[in-house]
Amino acid sequence: MPFPFLKGAWYNISDLSNLSRALLGWVDGWGNDTVAYIAAGLIGVLATMAFLVPSQLGVVWIERRVIGRFQIRRGPNRVGPYGLLQPIADALKVMLKEALTPPAGDKWVFWAAPILMFIPAIGVYAVIPWGKNMAMADLNIGLLYFVALSSLTTIFVFMAGWSSNNKYSLFGAMRVVAMMISYEVPVVVTLLGVSLFTGSLSLSGIVQWQADYHVWLVLLQPMAFIVYYIASTAELNRTPADIAEAESEIVAGYHTEYSGMKFSLFYAAEYTNALAISALVAAVYFGGWYMWGLEQWVPGWLIFIGKLYFFFLVLIWLRGTLPRLRVDQLMAFAWKFLLPLSLVNVFVVGLEVLLWHENGWSAGVTLPAFAVVNLALTVALVYTYARAFGYDRPRAGDIVLRSEIGFVPGPATEGLPGGT
Amino acid sequence: MDGTGIVIAFWVFAAMTVGAALLVVALRNLFHAALALIVAFAGMAGLFVTLSADFLAVGQVLIYVGAISILVIFALMLTPLAGRHNGESRYALPAGGAAAGLAAVVIYAVLNVDWPLRGGEGFDETAALLGEALLDTWVLPFEVVSVLLLAAMIGAIVLVRGDGE
Amino acid sequence: MTIGIEHYLIVSAVLFAIGLFIVLAKRNLIGALMGVELMLNAVNLTFIAFARFTESAQPIAGQVFAVFVITVAAGEAALALGLAVAVYRTRASIDAEDMSTLKW
Repeated sequence: MPFPFLKGAWYNISDLSNLSRALLGWVDGWGNDTVAYIAAGLIGVLATMAFLVPSQLGVVWIERRVIGRFQIRRGPNRVGPYGLLQPIADALKVMLKEALTPPAGDKWVFWAAPILMFIPAIGVYAVIPWGKNMAMADLNIGLLYFVALSSLTTIFVFMAGWSSNNKYSLFGAMRVVAMMISYEVPVVVTLLGVSLFTGSLSLSGIVQWQADYHVWLVLLQPMAFIVYYIASTAELNRTPADIAEAESEIVAGYHTEYSGMKFSLFYAAEYTNALAISALVAAVYFGGWYMWGLEQWVPGWLIFIGKLYFFFLVLIWLRGTLPRLRVDQLMAFAWKFLLPLSLVNVFVVGLEVLLWHENGWSAGVTLPAFAVVNLALTVALVYTYARAFGYDRPRAGDIVLRSEIGFVPGPATEGLPGGT
Repeated sequence: MDGTGIVIAFWVFAAMTVGAALLVVALRNLFHAALALIVAFAGMAGLFVTLSADFLAVGQVLIYVGAISILVIFALMLTPLAGRHNGESRYALPAGGAAAGLAAVVIYAVLNVDWPLRGGEGFDETAALLGEALLDTWVLPFEVVSVLLLAAMIGAIVLVRGDGE
Repeated sequence: MTIGIEHYLIVSAVLFAIGLFIVLAKRNLIGALMGVELMLNAVNLTFIAFARFTESAQPIAGQVFAVFVITVAAGEAALALGLAVAVYRTRASIDAEDMSTLKW
């Protein structure tokens, strides 16, 4: 505990639960349980909002600036210093726009979809462990709750696509549904490995396990991390996997007909989901608030938010680097590549847990050994599997850029007719 | 169970579930009926929570709300030329009589049986208890169910696969 | 006001009756399938209510059975919807009343 002389004082910001406890104690003094319950809920919601609302604006700016740099341009730089006020200008513009409703569409479903879309997006934040005692609702099945709630997004996307009465919207929605169901499987199977190893389904419990054993789970299960991060990124409908709103194919997918505030709700829900996935990755695989002793000096929630933003930046990086995949490529990738890898991961992790607990080996020796074995296994498996599927070389029928057209990265043209 | 919160929660979720189930009957558009069915599933998950079955509530959301209803909607989309009308056949009246009779008998039985009540609180944490029970007492049905799921998967694939594929 | 086992059982009975009505009366195959899902859900509610309220050597047993019901329901949904799609392929209709011939 940092600053032991401040222990439990409400102004000890290394643990914001002190503040909420002080507030709750004050409300409890009024002697009404119901009011105290409502106040407890409100404090949690307000704390989450205090993170989400500024993040929402900040993240839009960060993404546009960083993507701008990736594409060798400046990004927004007119409104305010460094374009910092751009998100506010965007928000104002979106609010003033006319919200159109397709006359032949299904009006009620059309209205409900973007609003309902926010329920899972915000609901998952209830179980995120911001700091040591700082989960709004420390459910003992938090991990499962997270997965279950984020699977609801599919239905709302489908509602949006169906009610628009537009071919492109329906195509986009069908693509999302097919893709999300496929990627749900590796996500759940990899998270199974985590709960096998830590013996807990609670997110706080998983972070506490990592703090107790002084190790991040990514070191123990690198393959699970890779599979989970790829699969959950695909579920976000962001660029490497944004077949749902592929501009060049189906206009804007399921939100083609949406405009104004309703469109921006989809937009905001996408960012909220992206932040939630980053938070889950930070908590489950990267120790949450735990940072090998740094949390003694820096508030744990700051460390956690730092990790969260790091993973959000990686998402932007992926978006700026990778081209969009085709539908069949994405589906094949989920079923033929991610799913077998995640099954292997569960098998290996289960074997390790069995060996570890049955033989009563000490964690100090066992965990480094597991880390080395799993890392070697991950590198070998991912590499050989990718080779076996030919992901490292172009196949017949692939379009390969010719050097006459412009800059071509070297290996892509080797061994192909017409290549230089 | 006492406590204002749980009483309110029960009535809200019960009304939500039964109301949505009635909407599944009443709505004429099949897609709307499917959406009402999703609401009924969600209300059922809420009822599970009030019964301290948290793991099953989350499972309900994951499997029923997230998967089965998606399957239903998918099936709707895969049968584009079939009617979207959710009407009753000419058996509506006898069916209604049978359903009402069944409900009356069951409710009469429920109210007149002296249930061997346990009293006390619900479960603190069900995930660990469920896991132990599934892999200890009920390990055989657990394995059989996994075979059943595999069989269902293969069966579904065979059913919907075209001849030429 | 106390919520007891009777409340849950009555809700369950009502849901089961609604599900039964849907299965018996709806013309659309997919609509009828929704009724089956509702009935299975009602049964689950009964199992879990018994697990919560009644005297038992192993109270969690009710929830274990609910787990089995959910898994079987998932398999059943996949198969039944597969059947609906297969019927649609041959008859271009999923109306239960159109399926009156034994041979075609």
